[in-house]
Amino acid sequence: MNAPLLSVRELTVEFRVPDERTVHAVSGISFDIRQGETLGLVGESGCGKSSAARALMQLPPPTGGEVWFQGTDLARQSGAVLRRLRPKLQMIFQDPIASLNPRHRVAEIVAAPLRVNRLLPRAQIGPRVAAMLEAVGLEPALALDRRPHEFSGGQCQRISIARALILEPALLICDEPVSALDVSVQAQILNLLREMKGRMGLTMLFISHDLAVVKNVSDRVAVMYLGRLCELAPSETLYRAPAHPYTAALMSAIPVPDPTQPVRQVQLTASDLPSPMDPPSGCRFRTRCPRAEARCAAEVPPPREIATGHQVACHFPLTG
Amino acid sequence: MAETAIDNVAAGEAEGLAGRRRRRRLGPGFWLPAGWIGLVVFGAATAGFWPMPAPETIDFLNRAAMPGTVGEIELAGQTELSEFRYLLGTDNIGRDMLSRLLYGARVSLLIGLLSPLIGLLVGGALGVVAGYYRGRVDGAVVAAMDVILAFPALALLLAITFYLGPSLPNLILALGFLSVPASARVARANTLSVARREFVLAAKAMGASDLYILVREIVPNVLMPLLVFAMLLVAVLIVAEGTLSFLGLSVPPPTPSWGTMIEEGRELLDQAPHVTMIPAAVMCLTVLSFNLIGDRLRSLIDPRESRL
Repeated sequence: MNAPLLSVRELTVEFRVPDERTVHAVSGISFDIRQGETLGLVGESGCGKSSAARALMQLPPPTGGEVWFQGTDLARQSGAVLRRLRPKLQMIFQDPIASLNPRHRVAEIVAAPLRVNRLLPRAQIGPRVAAMLEAVGLEPALALDRRPHEFSGGQCQRISIARALILEPALLICDEPVSALDVSVQAQILNLLREMKGRMGLTMLFISHDLAVVKNVSDRVAVMYLGRLCELAPSETLYRAPAHPYTAALMSAIPVPDPTQPVRQVQLTASDLPSPMDPPSGCRFRTRCPRAEARCAAEVPPPREIATGHQVACHFPLTG
Repeated sequence: MAETAIDNVAAGEAEGLAGRRRRRRLGPGFWLPAGWIGLVVFGAATAGFWPMPAPETIDFLNRAAMPGTVGEIELAGQTELSEFRYLLGTDNIGRDMLSRLLYGARVSLLIGLLSPLIGLLVGGALGVVAGYYRGRVDGAVVAAMDVILAFPALALLLAITFYLGPSLPNLILALGFLSVPASARVARANTLSVARREFVLAAKAMGASDLYILVREIVPNVLMPLLVFAMLLVAVLIVAEGTLSFLGLSVPPPTPSWGTMIEEGRELLDQAPHVTMIPAAVMCLTVLSFNLIGDRLRSLIDPRESRL
């Protein structure tokens, strides 16, 4: 297997909220993203996916832990060093319209990364921007002079992708890039991402709450619950034989487009996500887990490898 | 696959954009008030070139004369008396109302435009910085603005008039200073909502400096609401000048201002109402015009662009 491009160790993100309370958004997660792969990150909303992604980008930097990228720990870098490294990690966001400054023209938006980093002489910026727009499926002549509100959500997301990729980053973090789009447009954007990945040799972290989408694009998938990683496995394995009860519950919730199939949803014991301000002791999933026992409240289950490349953090996994 | 995607997108664009690209119309609700303000500005700027008496020249024989009265008076720049028709009459000591109105417009416009400009530049900058950096900077700016807001404005104006003397520049600076907190609040509130949006995060991710983000990403989005607020401020300050005249805190006589004209006409309100009513009407129209333009600008801010 390839060497990791990005290694995350014990990443922790906490937010202070009024009344001296702390939100434990991400509590010590570790994973690697290998050169050239797409790692999917799934979990229900509020589980810390986006906080983790922003912490990787150091926007803002994590409360604790290490983020190793090409031999440097990003979490320990000062402003200047970090700024020089930033072009190598780019991100696209969920809301395609809020991602683009409504006061700027597309030409300015896509050229901004080049200008900010002074990567190209002025004369070469224009042709480069046009080529990039064409690569993401927009007609430069039609798009360059327009402002974001004149485009549809899918087109805005294409512009966002152009802006992120014009820097030729090593790692592209996609934070729910298609969740705000129509299903038909989702497919177009996913195809575009796949095409760009092949063309530019990108490594991607793909965050979504949509299991079908993640399965479609990812080589490996990590499942997050309430700030912790539950399971990390190759996409195939995870979807075929989930080991963590939470993953199994998620899988069973994927609707099957076949009315003759019986509904086979795993029953959870409590339906609400506990508050990240006051997470359960031990295993965080125990309050909703059908297999929970006394041990789950006492001990935090450490991630362990139950098969090659298949990690699970559970005292009583379903397989292995 | 890629080719068909390009075709689809291009086709979709061609249809949708033709409609969306229509120019937004300003309409008479904008052009009428803008025309009036243009007229006032033109009058104030060219006041010295018209064949009419200087605003301080007195015709003792025609005091509080009705509009249209003909009298004899030295025109500006001349020493001989010549026959002159007072189109808007004369005030209670016999000075030409039209001349005083035009020269007075200079004072009202200078106060109404320069003071908000000071407030906008200083308050806008403070508000944007406070809203962007949050934390301690924000706390300090908000606290300072609250102190200024809590400070009695009249006491400050009295102090300035007393220690520095009553003059137009002093008045403009004082009113500008007093309009800083409100502008800062508007700028801060808008910055708070703009800075949360993802394009700011994207700019940080590409390695942009704070200065770049403030100037290129935030300010363009805060400018329009701030400009709308400034229109309101212009109207408020023109009225404020009028009010201050009654307390003797406006420009010192004999310099005419709309406020002092209204104030001086007060004594003769029963015999010669035009001395008060004409400057009052002009001030009212001007203030109304600025308000209407502000309203129009606000409705022009594209809801798509201003939404969060």
